[in-house]
Amino acid sequence: MLGKLSWAAIPFNEPIPMAASLMIIVGVLGVLGLISWKGWWPYLWREWLTSVDHKRIGVMYLLLALVLLLRGFIDAIMMRSQLAIAAGGAQGYLPPEHYDQIFSAHGTIMIFFMAMPFMVGLMNFVVPLQLGVRDVAFPVLNSISFWLTATGALLVNVSLVVGEFARTGWLAYPPLSELQFSPGVGVDYYLWALQISGIGTLLAGINMVTTILKLRAPGMTYMRMPVFCWTALCSSMLIVAAFPVLTATFGMLLLDRYVGMHFFTNDGGGNFMMYINLIWIWGHPEVYILVLPAFGVFSEVIATFSGKQLFGYRSMVLATLAICVLSFMVWLHHFFTMGAGADVNAVFGIMSMIIAIPTGVKLFNWLFTLYRGRIRFEVPVLWAIGFMVTFAIGGMTGVLQAVPPADFVLHNSLFLVAHFHNVIIGAVVFGAMAGYYYWFPKAFGFTLDRRLGMVSFWCWLIGFYLAFMPLYVLGLLGMTRRMQHYADVSWQPYLIVAEVGAIVILCGIVATIAQLIVSIRTRERRRDRSGDPWNGRTLEWSTTSPPPAYNFAVMPQVQSLDAFWVIKQRGPVAPPARYDSIEVPKNSPNGFVTAFFAVITGFALIWHIWWMAILGLACAALTLFAFGWMERPETRISGEQLATAERARLQSMDPAP
Amino acid sequence: MARGGEGPAPVRIVVAYGFWIFLLSDIIMFSALFATYAVLSGQTDGGPSAHKLFELRHVGIETLCLLFSSYTCGLGILAVGRGHMRGFYLCFALTFVLGAAFLGLELSEFVGMVAHGAGPSRSAFLSAFFSLVGLHGAHVTAGLTWLTFMVAQTAVRGPRDFVRRRLLCFSLFWHALDIIWVALLTLVYLMGAR
Amino acid sequence: MLVVVVPVIALTLAFAWWYRASNKRAAYRPDWSYSGRIELVVWSIPVMVVILLAAVAWTGSHDLDPAHKIKADAKPIRIEVVSLDWKWLFIYPDLQIATVNQLVVPTGVPLEFMLTSANVMNAFFVPQLGSQIYTMPGMRTHLNLLAERAGDYPGFSSNFSGDGFSDMRFLVRAIPASEFSSWHERTASEAPALDTDAYSQLARASSNTQTQTYRSVDPDLFDRIVETSAPHAAPLQEN
Repeated sequence: MLGKLSWAAIPFNEPIPMAASLMIIVGVLGVLGLISWKGWWPYLWREWLTSVDHKRIGVMYLLLALVLLLRGFIDAIMMRSQLAIAAGGAQGYLPPEHYDQIFSAHGTIMIFFMAMPFMVGLMNFVVPLQLGVRDVAFPVLNSISFWLTATGALLVNVSLVVGEFARTGWLAYPPLSELQFSPGVGVDYYLWALQISGIGTLLAGINMVTTILKLRAPGMTYMRMPVFCWTALCSSMLIVAAFPVLTATFGMLLLDRYVGMHFFTNDGGGNFMMYINLIWIWGHPEVYILVLPAFGVFSEVIATFSGKQLFGYRSMVLATLAICVLSFMVWLHHFFTMGAGADVNAVFGIMSMIIAIPTGVKLFNWLFTLYRGRIRFEVPVLWAIGFMVTFAIGGMTGVLQAVPPADFVLHNSLFLVAHFHNVIIGAVVFGAMAGYYYWFPKAFGFTLDRRLGMVSFWCWLIGFYLAFMPLYVLGLLGMTRRMQHYADVSWQPYLIVAEVGAIVILCGIVATIAQLIVSIRTRERRRDRSGDPWNGRTLEWSTTSPPPAYNFAVMPQVQSLDAFWVIKQRGPVAPPARYDSIEVPKNSPNGFVTAFFAVITGFALIWHIWWMAILGLACAALTLFAFGWMERPETRISGEQLATAERARLQSMDPAP
Repeated sequence: MARGGEGPAPVRIVVAYGFWIFLLSDIIMFSALFATYAVLSGQTDGGPSAHKLFELRHVGIETLCLLFSSYTCGLGILAVGRGHMRGFYLCFALTFVLGAAFLGLELSEFVGMVAHGAGPSRSAFLSAFFSLVGLHGAHVTAGLTWLTFMVAQTAVRGPRDFVRRRLLCFSLFWHALDIIWVALLTLVYLMGAR
Repeated sequence: MLVVVVPVIALTLAFAWWYRASNKRAAYRPDWSYSGRIELVVWSIPVMVVILLAAVAWTGSHDLDPAHKIKADAKPIRIEVVSLDWKWLFIYPDLQIATVNQLVVPTGVPLEFMLTSANVMNAFFVPQLGSQIYTMPGMRTHLNLLAERAGDYPGFSSNFSGDGFSDMRFLVRAIPASEFSSWHERTASEAPALDTDAYSQLARASSNTQTQTYRSVDPDLFDRIVETSAPHAAPLQEN
């Protein structure tokens, strides 16, 4: 009746998972209880859960990312604490069966449910505003994408309470991830959570590509698009090209595990090297999917806060496109040690170095944007400078490992771990934090507290170096990754320093949470009445903070790059005499309901509860049909209503500071 | 290509464009399976091989059904464009029948193979075969379901703008399945039977 | 690479400091956003660095390819390596002996390794001797090492393979050739035999396994392990 599910799935006899489960349950019930007690459900349902507004969806993505940052970071601190004590013969406090799940969950959560939603969320919020249009191409699909991502995040966290997570590392290589060596439900949780959220991500990519290529304000030619939109475009094109490979590969592993097929099994003629190739054909573009929007954030931030146009716009665009294409040609550098032979290794090594060229060009262009600028040291600029320094180091260690003979001794060592954290934290996380602070006033109408933002930055910067520089040394000393304990006690001091670094980063995260709470409490002091708190250059700053649901009552006529800057130089524009009526898509429960059934289907498939899986899938399909039967409902806002609304808004605005 | 300053494109172009991009992503998913098939096609683990299993006559009839269904689908779209609703319903009914015939023939091929011990869990080659051809078949099934839904929606709502946009998307989907089938036919059946 | 990275970091900090808004002495050119000369330099420097590194990568990949045999005066010794859960089996096919979690080798002699795995993927790695290489079920990988100096060199698996992974450590003992032959003789006379029973015992999952030596080993044990861990009908291309 209930497949493999039984009371034994709950970790009653394991204190640490039990404590974690209780904390999650209490936390979730607490939040749900608070919402019910305060009567916020109708508001939440109407304004957020069923919203198809790209701005609201963007905010929800960011909220998801911040919550999962906490979960993934707790995993990290647990790993660091374990390694700080498990030296010589000591076994630490986390047995291997548990430790293996923690490092697998840490990687999975941070990449798929923290970094991806953060970048997709920023793109969602910002791109339509920067393009001067009202929403993305497919608003309802946008909502579905978000809720499917949330489904995946939920399933991964359910694995903590009911059952177990994968013990295979974040990419689940076979043969270890095949049924023969991973008979439990852990790998199934991993696979279904990522398949479901992968569909959401793919749809989001399609949405964003269509929006950027087909929906721009009049006069905005390709070469007048903000650089963030170019990086969003390239990142989204990578999503469209890479995620189907992930879906196919996970699909094949699922077929092996569920139906006994032989794609990657040891018997029957399977070849797990195929999995490794396919997963990295997705995996390498994935890291560029993450980093390109971050580069875009830095381009906007550095230009705005230097009071200067971005240096070398054309070559930035060219470099971004080059990175986009090249990212598909380097995947073998993740397994030089699989023995492909010198020629193949050398070719992929050289391709990997070539991709450093456009990346380096971007770094130089940012440098020359700072040059002869007038730099205001707001919080986002700190993140940008921190990024430039940190990423230079991380990029260098990447190019070093692209030399195959160097990788032969560094592969899978802590040197590798330090490198990818160096670039992902240095670029993606720093970019996420910069973007969060930079666009927060646009989303909510008040800026974040500056002092706590500085505290958060310095904690992250110092904490990062403390946590990861020792790992470079350890890699050179011979320590390999994913070890639950180690024999060489001379490694321990480095690991203790790394633990201290993790704690300092924790302070940074706490500072960010405190910043949010304090900023909301004292928001009237930092109200943004001009819509343009940073003296920005691009069109999102031409609206109020927050913008009305329809973004622009009249679509701006774009005549150059940095459209808003040019408008500001030319002087204030009089509001139009009359407004045409516009149509705004109505909210839709489609996304939320589909995701609800996706959770049921995923959970049922994981536990082999076939009747529930079929039911869940049928309901999800019916949801699709039911909503598809109706025409996409829209609200019409008449010209007169617009005129009234616009007049009121313009009156409430102060000029820019 | 225009420099892109004309402003937002009209809805029907945006919808078709987005759907094209979705189709491209779908083709990439198939490519991953094609690549896997290419690598694993020799791994028969002592079991039956392509040469023994594929009946080209059977596959030929399937192909004709699918190709003709694409033709009738195209005729149906033309009919709806001109407002000939009877022609539309007739052509789409034919499309359904031909598509269903394709599926029926494919299912009978699969059932026959399984009955002879050549099911998907027999060997890596067969896993690759069943999932590649099976994925295409699943897409055809989804297409037939969508077709039924679209005919019903056209009948009840009439050929309004949003319905026609969706019919256009459906036809793009259906034709894309044809293209994928041609690749399948060549790389799997024709090359395998040699 | 530091020749690029250090100046970039230094310039970043220098520009950020000098061009801060409160510094009125700094030039401010808000509309300056293009310079052909700078672009040329900015693209050329990375290109030149990459060309240099590409040459290093090409020659290095070929010279240091794991399958590249090492030339030396002494006759090479063949060693077959099997990664099990969670220990290492070393078979000396020409000497008819085997060891577990301990690899005794003569100095100055090329070691020709042929590696496989009994079940899941691992990686054989002795950092002080050279490259690592994956061990994969049903496949044979190749590695060539040479211990120039006598000593004890720690080795381990560098590819995660399950709960007992952290204990997959072994020691490489490099000893002079004369001592090596006496070790070989001793092992061949004293130790137990690695017969079918002994191997099936060994193949059972265990961690923290004691070192072990065997006086005799079935000559086609390695090939059988390759065949049975991943049975194929048609042999795959060997790595």
